[in-house]
Order: sequence, then structure tokens, then C-alpha cells
Amino acid sequence: MKDNAVFTSRVLPWLLLLPSFIILLGFIYYPAIQAWVLSLHRSNLFLGTRQFIGFDNFRLMFTGPLADKYIQVVIQTFVYGALVVGIGLSIAIVLATLASSPIRGARVYRLLLIWPFALSPAVAGTIFLFMFNPDVGSVNEVLGTVFGIRPRWLDTPTLAFALVVIASVWKNLGYNIVFYLAALQNVPKELNEAAAIDGASPIQRFFRITVPMLSPMTFFLLFTNLTFAFFESFGLIDIVTKGGPVGPSPVDAAGITTTMIYQVTIDGFGGSGNTGLAAALGNIILLFTAIITVLQFRYGSRRVQYGAN
Amino acid sequence: MLHRRAWLLHLILIIASLIVAFPILFALVKATQIRSQVLSPSLIPGTAFVENVRNVFLNANLLTFMRNSLIVAAAVTVGKTTLSLMAGMALVFFRFPFKRVIFGLILLTLMIPVEVLIVPLFDVISLQPPQTWADFSEWIRRPDKMLFEPAQYGYGWANTYWALIVPFLASATGTFLFRQHFMSIPRSLADAARIDGATPFQFLQKVLVPMSWNTIGALAVIEFVYVWNQYLWPKVIIRREELQVVQVGLNLIIGTGEGVEWGYVMAGATLSLVPPLLVFMLLQEQFMRGFALSESK
Repeated sequence: MKDNAVFTSRVLPWLLLLPSFIILLGFIYYPAIQAWVLSLHRSNLFLGTRQFIGFDNFRLMFTGPLADKYIQVVIQTFVYGALVVGIGLSIAIVLATLASSPIRGARVYRLLLIWPFALSPAVAGTIFLFMFNPDVGSVNEVLGTVFGIRPRWLDTPTLAFALVVIASVWKNLGYNIVFYLAALQNVPKELNEAAAIDGASPIQRFFRITVPMLSPMTFFLLFTNLTFAFFESFGLIDIVTKGGPVGPSPVDAAGITTTMIYQVTIDGFGGSGNTGLAAALGNIILLFTAIITVLQFRYGSRRVQYGAN
Repeated sequence: MLHRRAWLLHLILIIASLIVAFPILFALVKATQIRSQVLSPSLIPGTAFVENVRNVFLNANLLTFMRNSLIVAAAVTVGKTTLSLMAGMALVFFRFPFKRVIFGLILLTLMIPVEVLIVPLFDVISLQPPQTWADFSEWIRRPDKMLFEPAQYGYGWANTYWALIVPFLASATGTFLFRQHFMSIPRSLADAARIDGATPFQFLQKVLVPMSWNTIGALAVIEFVYVWNQYLWPKVIIRREELQVVQVGLNLIIGTGEGVEWGYVMAGATLSLVPPLLVFMLLQEQFMRGFALSESK
């Protein structure tokens, strides 16, 4: 890498780094160590009791009567994440490409597509909770009048799961389109023009030029959307379904919309206050996150576009 | 070719724009209606907007929630951008030992989102600090206990703004972004500044900051929106309603009383979108350029 180190002060760089470093030590690294320490203890939030029990918390999660619950929660988190990423990014890349094409009013469309960029999971959840409220929600009022059906959106497992996925995809749409639009500014126009002259159809150009050229951005968004599905979706889920409802067999060991982070808060801050168990599950999420981050850094920079520089 | 398909493009984009906007417009319309209209599917704007807003602001505490969120989001945005800029400057324009290790340690925290640490962080933030010097000196003398046993002391910050601000002040993303941007600044510029006798502080003030507005804008938007939208951590650490932030506050508004006043809730939801939207609109150009720039490397 290029070396721009022109200043030679011995003290100054450390002074500049010090505030960041204190924060990272005190609020990331120290709690991260504590997470492992806590996960090896039987620890109760309300009683304040702590007793060293080795790996019992981990054993409890993956063997014995509670294993069904935790395995279900892990699997449905990944299914939810895959759906949010797959559906969300596909729609976003298509819409961003269309809104970047040279048509009249493209600027207006771009603005109309990205303005909910700043939407929060909690607000998205609040609006969906009202729209799909089985008793007073407008969706059921319309469905009831037109088709004579009033689906129980929040108590029917498949519907509740679908609703959370749809709300999440919608919530992220503006965000994903913003980043795709920014990346599309960097795709040279000549590539598309040359391909068009050679007789490539718009669909061919989309799959052969746009998608590969946007692959670095897709990897970035893959990562941020997975982070959303793992963590930030908590607000949406907490408001819309509270992690429920319990599914039919074989997914009857936990609420169908309970993700791993939701389970952490149930265990740690719910009625049982079992912070040791919650910390153990937190560490398992941490391992998954670490694996995904490493994959992103390894493959994210490799499948980049060709040419352009 | 293009013109024949243009109407189809327009159609798709119009439908997509409507779908993207619909839930928010729905909330906005419902915020203007009186109670009986709110519970019907009617989408005709009503006349009760001012009343709904006044009720949700004053009776349901939205004003307090929004003020709290504004304080926290502004503090984190300014603090985080400043700290990231400082760290980025140290990493690019100075030579010092262990530079790569330090950059690695900062980057490593990308893998550790705060949410994953929610349980230990709750302990560390909410436990009281040692009350006497004797306790403190005993604690500091046993690093093994400090590290390998569950935390005995903490910062004592439960139910304070500190708990919502300080843990978020350092940023791997921000440091990374500034580092990338600074490395794209020609070396000759930094050399010229030094030869002209500029101190590092003057260099920062006269050269770096003026050249970094796009990165600063992009980061400010991301951080403001991120903090404004936070839900899990404030919900766990703040247990006093008058200190709560807006995202959790909305849930409190839903939860009050028997029948939910959906008109108020929709008014609150809509109003809570305004500040981040304003920040985004204000910094949109910088945001787009800041990202286009850092992505092209």
C-alpha cells in the first residue's frame, strides 16, 4: 500500500488513537471477554448468583431436552436471513438498474425509491402491526369485504413468518437501492453501449454486465443485510410477533419468528434471567458472525469486476 | 429499442415507487384521521392530524422520546466522526511501531456487533464502580480476577445517556473509511504541507478536513440513522420512561391503556421518520459521492 507517513512525531499518533482505543477496550474487548467468562457460569440476573459450571451452558443448548429449541432457533434464523438477503437484493438490484437507465424522470424515480432509506425496524414493525392487525387492520378489512376472509396474520405460523420476511424486505429496500445506485454510477456507460451495438438484449446485458460489475457492492450488501437479519431485525420482530407463534411439528420447540438474538434476550432478560445461558448463545452468534466476516473479506474482494480501471 | 420499452419501464418504476412508499403514506394518512376512520380501511385524509400530533407529543411523551433520541444521536454522530478521523489520520500520516497490529485490532471489532455483547455489556454498564479506594486498589491488583471472573464492578451508568452514547463512540467502519480516503490523497500534498512547515494540526485543519467533507457527510448520515434507529440496547439498559429513546417509546405508546390509539401511534411513527430523513436529504450529495469514491478503490 501507498505510504503517506510524512509526520514523525512519536507521541501524537498515540494521542490520536487513544480515545478510540479506550472505548474499544472498555466497551467491546472487555465485554467480549466477559461474554466467554459469563457463558461458563450459571448466572442469574435477578439473584446476582454466579457459579462456575464449565461448558454446561453450551451442552444444555445442543444436547438434552432443550436442544430441539435451540437448533430450531438457529435454523430459522438462517432461513430468515437467506430469504431477506435473497429476495431483498434481487428486487433492489433490478429496481436500481431500471432507475439508472436513461429514461425521462429517472432522477425522480431514484428519489422516490430511496427516500425510506432511513426507515427503522421498529417503525416498519409498528406500521405492519397495524396494517395486518387481524381485528382492526386495514388489510383484513379489505380482504374481509372483498373475499370474505380474515387471515390471523399474527397467530398463524406460516403467515407470521411470511409477514416478518415481507416487512424486513420492505424495510431494507430503500437502503439496498441507495447503495446499488451509488455503485451503478461507477459502471462505465461504454460497456453497456458496446454490448448493445453487438446485439446483446437488455436482459443479457443485465446478467452479463450489470450483475458482475456490481458484485463488490452485492458482497457488501450481503454482509449488511445478514447483520440486519441477525441483529437489527430484533426491533421489528419484537413489535410485530414477539418471537411467536409456536409452529406446528417439527418446528414446535420455539416461536417461529424467534431469531438467535431474540432468544438471547428471552434467556438473559426474560423471566428466567439466565444470563450465563444467554451469554453462551451470544458467543455462538459471535462465531457465526466471525465466519461470515472472514468469508466476506476473503471472497468479497476476489469476485470483483474486470476492466474499468 | 429503448423507446419501445420505455412505457414498460415507467410502469414498473411507478408501481415499485408506490409499493416502497405505500406503508409510510398509509401511516401518514391514518395519522390525520379521527378514531372511527383510523380503524376503517379508508384512505381519505382526515382533519385530526393536529389533534393526533398534540396528543402523541404531550400525553404520550413522544416529545421527550424524540428529544432524548436527538441528544444521543447528535452526540454519537459528532463524537464518532471525530474519533474516526483522528484514528484515520494517525494510521495514514504517521509512522509508528505496531501500526498494522493496531489497525488489525480496530478492524477486528467489525466482527463484534454490540448486540452480540448485550448480556455482558449490560453487566459492565449497570454494575456500580468500586465505592472506596480500598476496593479499587484490591480490584486493580488482581488482573486475573478482573479478566477471568464475572465482572464485579462496572460503570454504574444504567438509566443514563452515557450508556447510550459512550459505547458507540469508536468505530471500525469510520476509521476504515477515513483511512481509505486519506490514502487516496496524493503524498505530494502532505509533503508540501510539511515542507511549508505546517504542523500536523494545521495540516488537519487546512488540508484534511476541507478534503474530507464527502467522507464526513457519508459517515454522519450512516451514524445518525444507525443511532436514531437503535432499539434493543436502549430497551434493555433504560428502564425509566423519561429517558427512553423514540424507537422504544413508540412501543410504549402502543402498549399504553386498553384499546390502542392507532391514530396517535401512526402520528408518532410518521414524526419519528422526520429527523433522519432531514439529515439524509441535507447530506445526500456528500453521502452518494463519499460512497462512490470509497467503493471505486
